[in-house]
Amino acid sequence: MAATEVSSLEQYNFDIVKKFSIMAVVWGLVGMSVGVYIASELAWPFLNFDIPYITFGRLRPVHTSAVIFGFGGSALFATSYYVVQRTCQARLISDGMATFTFWGWQAAIMLGGISYMLGFSQAREYAEMEWPIDILVEVVWVTYLALFVGTIMRRKQPHIYVANWFFLAFILATALLHTFNNLAVPVSLFSMKSYSLFSGTQDAMTQWWYGHNAVGFFLTAAFLGMMYYFVPKQAGRPIFSYRLSIIHFWALGFLYMWVGAHHLHWTALPDWTSTLAATFSIMLLLPSWGGMINGIMTLSGAWDKLRTDPIMRFLIVALSFYGMSTFEGPLMALKDVNALSHYTDWTVGHVHSGALGWVAMVSFGSLYHMIPKLWNTKMWSQKMIEVHFWFATIGVLLYITAMWISGITQGLMWRAFDQYGNLQYSFVESVAAMHPFYAMRAIGGMFFVTGMLLMFINVMVTVRQANRAAALSHAANQAKTTGMASA
Amino acid sequence: MFNFKHEWIETNVGLLLVLTMLAISVGGLVEIAPLFFIKDTVEKVDGVRPYTPLEQRGRDIFQREGCYLCHSQMIRPFRDEALRYGHYSLAAESQYDHPFQWGSKRTGPDLARVGKKYSNEWQVAHLNNPKSMVPQSVMPNYPWLLKTELDYSDMTDRMMALRAVGVPYSLNKTEYEANVKKFGEETAKMLNIADARKNLIAQAQENNYDGDNSSITEMDALVAYLQVLGTMVDFRKYDDDEFVKYR
Repeated sequence: MAATEVSSLEQYNFDIVKKFSIMAVVWGLVGMSVGVYIASELAWPFLNFDIPYITFGRLRPVHTSAVIFGFGGSALFATSYYVVQRTCQARLISDGMATFTFWGWQAAIMLGGISYMLGFSQAREYAEMEWPIDILVEVVWVTYLALFVGTIMRRKQPHIYVANWFFLAFILATALLHTFNNLAVPVSLFSMKSYSLFSGTQDAMTQWWYGHNAVGFFLTAAFLGMMYYFVPKQAGRPIFSYRLSIIHFWALGFLYMWVGAHHLHWTALPDWTSTLAATFSIMLLLPSWGGMINGIMTLSGAWDKLRTDPIMRFLIVALSFYGMSTFEGPLMALKDVNALSHYTDWTVGHVHSGALGWVAMVSFGSLYHMIPKLWNTKMWSQKMIEVHFWFATIGVLLYITAMWISGITQGLMWRAFDQYGNLQYSFVESVAAMHPFYAMRAIGGMFFVTGMLLMFINVMVTVRQANRAAALSHAANQAKTTGMASA
Repeated sequence: MFNFKHEWIETNVGLLLVLTMLAISVGGLVEIAPLFFIKDTVEKVDGVRPYTPLEQRGRDIFQREGCYLCHSQMIRPFRDEALRYGHYSLAAESQYDHPFQWGSKRTGPDLARVGKKYSNEWQVAHLNNPKSMVPQSVMPNYPWLLKTELDYSDMTDRMMALRAVGVPYSLNKTEYEANVKKFGEETAKMLNIADARKNLIAQAQENNYDGDNSSITEMDALVAYLQVLGTMVDFRKYDDDEFVKYR
């Protein structure tokens, strides 16, 4: 057992996986803390403190970039490098390229965060990074693609494992989306400021094609890749259905790209585009649930693990939230529902049931599975994983419940008429009505961050103890060899 | 007969790459590309013009502060929105917006037609301290707008970049003449890149948005931008159902 572990540590580049895993935990803590802060700014606006750098408008992209690209991105780099090496039984083709993707990616997120606080923003949601950082991201991404494909080409198995299809689709789609949504002309070579190539309607369509597929590929397809490796591994059972994985892979990849315009229902975007998007959004329910069913059913025959194994619980609850939010999504993409839900907190709640419930939970489960293997040890505290699970679950539930109530209340208040046919409420009355739910949301976020903090502590202690043990055994080995030599 | 096996794709990374790329390209191509070619995508309507230099600098500040994260600029064709905000937004009204600022969330009200709805004094007092005008507001204070002088040193570069992406700011006589024809002489003068700074200063001095003519502040620019939002099209000139056919 010990011998094979040691050999696999040498056979693969696990150093890069370790680095990205640690940064996933760090960015998770940072990004979610900023999230709690801006949520609190909405509940208690004095927290803006008249300081330009920390007003809601400038911090919000810091939150989204740190959690999506910092936490989610680092978790994906870590797990995809781990999975591609193990399932192909091949080492990454270049340690240098891998290291470059690490530092390049971390630099892009750091620079992005600092630049938003200083006031540089493309003012496109989830694509706020200005042009020099976009170019850095582009270079890192092409390197990632080359490294990933190159490693697959080195595989010792004829078959490419299903998790890698999803990772590959995510890398390709992200390259496509990032490139076209960030086409812009800089004010000058020495200015951070740029103006987007497209304007108005076409620009809106391009942005939401990007925006929704950042969800579809970055936050879904890629995390399904993660799921396809770690759920069967943790359950100790094969994937439920091979056929289902084929069908839902192609359907998901094809259908997702059509649905972005459901963010633009009832706007100045032509009706044909948003109708197409609504139609495809409904169809998208099928492959989404295909993935969920394939994941959850993998546990059949081993359901008892849910009682004893908190990692398994993270993974299965993640899949449940995935199923829930991919049902809610098509519902909100219906034009009549969207007329109520759009522009309200309902959207924010929907995003977080996906982002916290699905993306974060499946990452937690995968990281808890992977980290002990990387450092050839056990997690310092199983109990803390258990407690983390409950903090996370309670946090998400508080968050999305608050946003359902506030979102639907907003929607209804805005369209309410009195008996004379006048608007019943002024806008600011709807703002005032939100206060208790904004407070509740902030508290939900605090629960989630507390769980994240427990994970941070647990991982740091685990890694430190493992490194110390490794150093000791290394020293002991050396003493033995020198002792033998002198004898 | 040709007997397809998915195994072929699973064992050939080149094939997997190509087919995946095909699968993910269709949706975007079908939905985005035609928007550039179908003429009715953007309505024909009089009055919509590019922003003046001062308004454009205000728009830059709007983006810098992340206003779009809480304020939409896109009114939907519903009765409540018509009563609250005015005529639904036209695609034509954001045709010079690089980038678009339609937004996705209304933590605060829509701003697509906020122009001229409030006085300059109200806008300045509100931006400086929103609670002074609207006690229940959760919007942050923006006291630095009044204190910071507007930097317009690179106004020419900004207009050149916007011209490069298609905004008809004029660089020469021919382009200027074309603007005179399209927007009238008064507007065409404001769109001339060579006069950018002169125009910016003149507009700020003449309107004195922030109530202090001793300097041009970021407040001047932002209020100039807010005051023009949604005011370019004169809807009295059109029938009620004129724009329905474009939807």
